[in-house]
Amino acid sequence: MEIEQTHVPVTYLKPPKGLASLNLRDLWEYRELIYFLTWRDVKVRYKQTLLGFTWVVLQPLINMVVFTILFGELLKVPTGGIPYPIFSFAALLPWTYFATSLTRSSTTLVGSANLISKVYFPRMVIPISGVISGFIDFGISFVILIVMMLIYKIIPSWNLLLLPILLLLAMLTALGFGLWLSALNVRFRDINHLVPFIIEIWKYATPVIYGSTLIPEKYRFILGLNPLTGVVEGFRWAILGGKYVDTFNPGPLFVISIAITFVVLISGIIFFRNTERTFADII
Amino acid sequence: MSEIAIHVRNITKKYQIGALQERQDTLRDLLVASFRAPFKKREKSDNQTLWALRDISFDIEKGSVVGIVGRNGAGKSTLLKVLSRVTEPTSGYGEIRGRVGSLLEVGTGFHPELTGRENIYLNGAILGMKRIEIEKKFDEIVEFSEVSKFIDTPVKRYSSGMYLRLAFSVAAHLEPDILVVDEVLAVGDAEFQRKCLGKMSDVADQGRTVLFVSHNMSAILRLTSETLVLEKGQIVKRAPSTEAVDFYLSSGYAESGERYWDEDEIPVSSAPFKPIALRVKNEQGLVVNSIRSVENMTIEFEYNLSAPISGLRVGLYVLSTRGEFIFTTFDTDEPSMYENYTVRNSGHYFSRCTIPANTFNEGRFVIGVNASTYRIKRYFQDEQAMTFTIDPAGAPGMQWPEQRQGPIRPRLFWQIEGL
Repeated sequence: MEIEQTHVPVTYLKPPKGLASLNLRDLWEYRELIYFLTWRDVKVRYKQTLLGFTWVVLQPLINMVVFTILFGELLKVPTGGIPYPIFSFAALLPWTYFATSLTRSSTTLVGSANLISKVYFPRMVIPISGVISGFIDFGISFVILIVMMLIYKIIPSWNLLLLPILLLLAMLTALGFGLWLSALNVRFRDINHLVPFIIEIWKYATPVIYGSTLIPEKYRFILGLNPLTGVVEGFRWAILGGKYVDTFNPGPLFVISIAITFVVLISGIIFFRNTERTFADII
Repeated sequence: MSEIAIHVRNITKKYQIGALQERQDTLRDLLVASFRAPFKKREKSDNQTLWALRDISFDIEKGSVVGIVGRNGAGKSTLLKVLSRVTEPTSGYGEIRGRVGSLLEVGTGFHPELTGRENIYLNGAILGMKRIEIEKKFDEIVEFSEVSKFIDTPVKRYSSGMYLRLAFSVAAHLEPDILVVDEVLAVGDAEFQRKCLGKMSDVADQGRTVLFVSHNMSAILRLTSETLVLEKGQIVKRAPSTEAVDFYLSSGYAESGERYWDEDEIPVSSAPFKPIALRVKNEQGLVVNSIRSVENMTIEFEYNLSAPISGLRVGLYVLSTRGEFIFTTFDTDEPSMYENYTVRNSGHYFSRCTIPANTFNEGRFVIGVNASTYRIKRYFQDEQAMTFTIDPAGAPGMQWPEQRQGPIRPRLFWQIEGL
């Protein structure tokens, strides 16, 4: 079989010096690998489990039940008149996606050590597929949300169209932090132990189990700096539509939080690219 | 003038060995170190530096098949890793024209839970194949691997032979412009190995460039026209393969009848086993390089154990200079030895093996060493530890000054019965 000779790619071997070029073209060349790694992740995740994909649904559902009993019934967290189960589920949906994506993207790189020390491919493929594979879980849980919307007779509004954008923001935030953490993890395995704490703390710093109205007005800006606040509250706003208007309006802070996401993401890409050259030597 | 596929100038790769042992691997270590001496530069003394590659320069023409040989730790694998972009050189410059496919280790990225079919796609993508390409070659890959019956079974149910056949098969159908192969032929049965070699020469016949690293000298001679000999990270010889293999097998200390292992030739993974020396001795106990075939010879392997190992066996291979094995022997082959040495305590050891007179034919032979526990761990192996020469003076049949075929020349008992 003949290979087309018209285009012979030339690879240059050079010592790492200065800032690496971001080389996103290389990443594009390997887009199919992203697809296959994501597909492998999804395929393998619930193999040899009794419940299989049911787990995807169970995780946020169980969380929701626990939160409803604890925060909805016992502590009576104010929700602006919205039934607590759907109030928390609407927030748990993007939060669970974010938390699993961040965990996967920051730990899977070290888990692929044998791949990295044997074969060349743009290393960024691994954290990227880590944040993409969560979409499947998200999609399945979303069906539950629709069922709940029917139960609570919530009429969807045009606001729902903003969901993809909010989800994208959650993905980019997870990827940005994931790139930093996974590159650091290659060098310092402490990150493996650190990530669960980061996520736990982050969860309480994000209005998942409570609404941001719980926080006194003058401190609410701190919450606003967290990109996930915008995502989570945005989800509630989009899903619950007209019922959830008078509570939270992030306004300009939302723009700042988006800016923070992009700063983390771009610096993450640069940091990752510059350290990936030594991954094979130190992993 | 033909095209250059690989152009490499002064490629050097350094590793910090000290860094391997006491690397500041946790944040705390780094923080503690920086607080203790905040302005001290994290020092890198030179004796901690391992020069895996030193000033390597060469050009390889498009379509040639080049072998790379060298002892353990000579830098072969590092060179292939640099060429396949797994790691970057510390200094130097290189240009590679065409897509590089590497078979650094077959089966990398196979997932045990996925079926054979799924793994073909996944592995193909990892090796840089496009989905359409994989689809086009799918049947060919399956057929070559001989596992078509089990293609929809998870590979964790495969035998190790099936697993490796499938893995090689994916890699072999990669069809890159430049194929980099590291020791894959050590896998599978003889029949499959032959098939792999056939596949590799097909690749070469199609005008692709092949870089082939192996300890198997007969495979090097069969497949390659030209060979690079690496020693301590440098190219010490580049010549037509027969000449290069001969040079390699007879180079340096190998001539003296005695071989010592330097620190950097011993992989970290061999601990607690540490090879020290290998010697060939004649009947008088003198270290010799050339020995008469009518004399008993002793091969002595000196080593050190820094911790006890149970079930250790220390052994020798004897090979022809074409790389074919003549025999393998271990010091605990004998049941009584096996019982007495179930655990070998730490200490300094000599394992001596006496090879009776009238064993070898004239010529040069290669000794390899191996220290392992059966099916558990291979501590150390060097298949080309040293060579010795057999002098046939006085051997049976020397009244006819002709060359006898075959590597051995036993003195056998003949009877002639006339009726």
